[in-house]
Amino acid sequence: MNWEVIQSYLPLYEKAALLTLKIGWLGIAFSIILGFVCAIIRHYKIPVLHRIVGIYIELFRNTPLLIQLFFLYFGLPKIGIAIDAEFCGVLGLALLGGAYMAESFRSGLESIEPIQTESALSLGMSRTQTIWHVILPQAISSSVPAFVANIVFLLKETSVFSAISLMDLMFTAKDLIGLYSKTIECLAMLVIFYLIILLPVSIVGSIVEKKLRFAGFGE
Amino acid sequence: MSEVLIKIDNILKKYDDNVVLDGLSLDIHEGEVVVVVGPSGCGKSTLLRCINALEPIQGGMITFRGEKIDGRSKTITALRQKIGMVFQSYELFPHKTILDNIILAPMKVQKRSRADARKEAEELLDRVGLLDKKDSFPRQLSGGQKQRVAIVRALCMHPDVLLFDEVTAALDPEMVREVLDVILSLAKQWKTMVIVTHEMSFARAVADRIIFIDQGKIVEEGTPSEFFDHPKTERAQAFLQTFTFDKVEKEA
Repeated sequence: MNWEVIQSYLPLYEKAALLTLKIGWLGIAFSIILGFVCAIIRHYKIPVLHRIVGIYIELFRNTPLLIQLFFLYFGLPKIGIAIDAEFCGVLGLALLGGAYMAESFRSGLESIEPIQTESALSLGMSRTQTIWHVILPQAISSSVPAFVANIVFLLKETSVFSAISLMDLMFTAKDLIGLYSKTIECLAMLVIFYLIILLPVSIVGSIVEKKLRFAGFGE
Repeated sequence: MSEVLIKIDNILKKYDDNVVLDGLSLDIHEGEVVVVVGPSGCGKSTLLRCINALEPIQGGMITFRGEKIDGRSKTITALRQKIGMVFQSYELFPHKTILDNIILAPMKVQKRSRADARKEAEELLDRVGLLDKKDSFPRQLSGGQKQRVAIVRALCMHPDVLLFDEVTAALDPEMVREVLDVILSLAKQWKTMVIVTHEMSFARAVADRIIFIDQGKIVEEGTPSEFFDHPKTERAQAFLQTFTFDKVEKEA
């Protein structure tokens, strides 16, 4: 292990890590929004839309991100829609994540007994008020563990972005190995940088989980 | 007799081909306590759920002060505010404190101020002896306490009628009493109530009128003493028989 090599590569890795983080978090933010909307459409069986959403979820959950990115990055320009690599990365992650988030959130919604809805309705609350004040808060807190798992999974998936020439961590590592053959240093740094990104997510996630599950419900 | 509050007119309720309520008619008057009894699966809980349109009906009509109750109509949320309901399984909102459970609907539905809703909630909680629990969460309370909170939550909306759906069926015997006492005190205040219960001695004490339902139809109705002491129909006699036990004669 050569420390000088590591030191000289550090700025490149930092830059790459920032890109990974930027695309990762943007993609995840959109995937959560998309997931919420899709889960509600699926759960409340909104006509027509719920079929379309069903197809979308199955399609994106059952194909690799790499292939989805290829379609977006190389396929769309063929039909006249050119998008840059970063946007493509965010979009790909959002679409893949949206499908996973939707399923996680839907199982949260399904864990709430229908009689909770009836109880709220019997108090004169509208459907929207019931969903907003009674169902969503409970569904969200019961889907937090799955959400955290999805976030970690999605951040890891960003490693395939190198395939559409985004200069993320994976790309930088491969590039440097190709140029200078300092394989050990490059791979070690790659692992450490991913850990720096992911460990805090896992730790914060499990704290939030505990808070929501117990403190929030009074134990 | 006082004004008719709820008019149930020849309603038909079925799940697919399974008829649950079969041409049932019933008037509930202002200030009246109607207790509905009958064997399990006779349709008594379904009847309550139809009254506030939690279940759609396939025939007949239910009106509240002359206004049709229909789950799909725009006025249903306004009507449901007038019809409070308490469930067997309490159905408090687990993510909210006791106080927030009670003031949620008054604030969001009736647009009352937090201070105003809170003041009333605290008064009502005090009346049922649970003021010290206002900042607790539902899971920290016993079943009987949860059910009293559920009653307070319904009362805080100032309903014209309260529906009780087997509210003591999930409780330990010792907790049944504390809940029934609250309902008895409401009866004294001339609250209109429709109560589905299996507690026969409570039914006798609280009811102005007993309705006995079997297989989706009203088989017999009358005052508590008429019904319990001199049931007219054989079906009611057989039903009441199930609540009495003869002393065991041990075999020789």
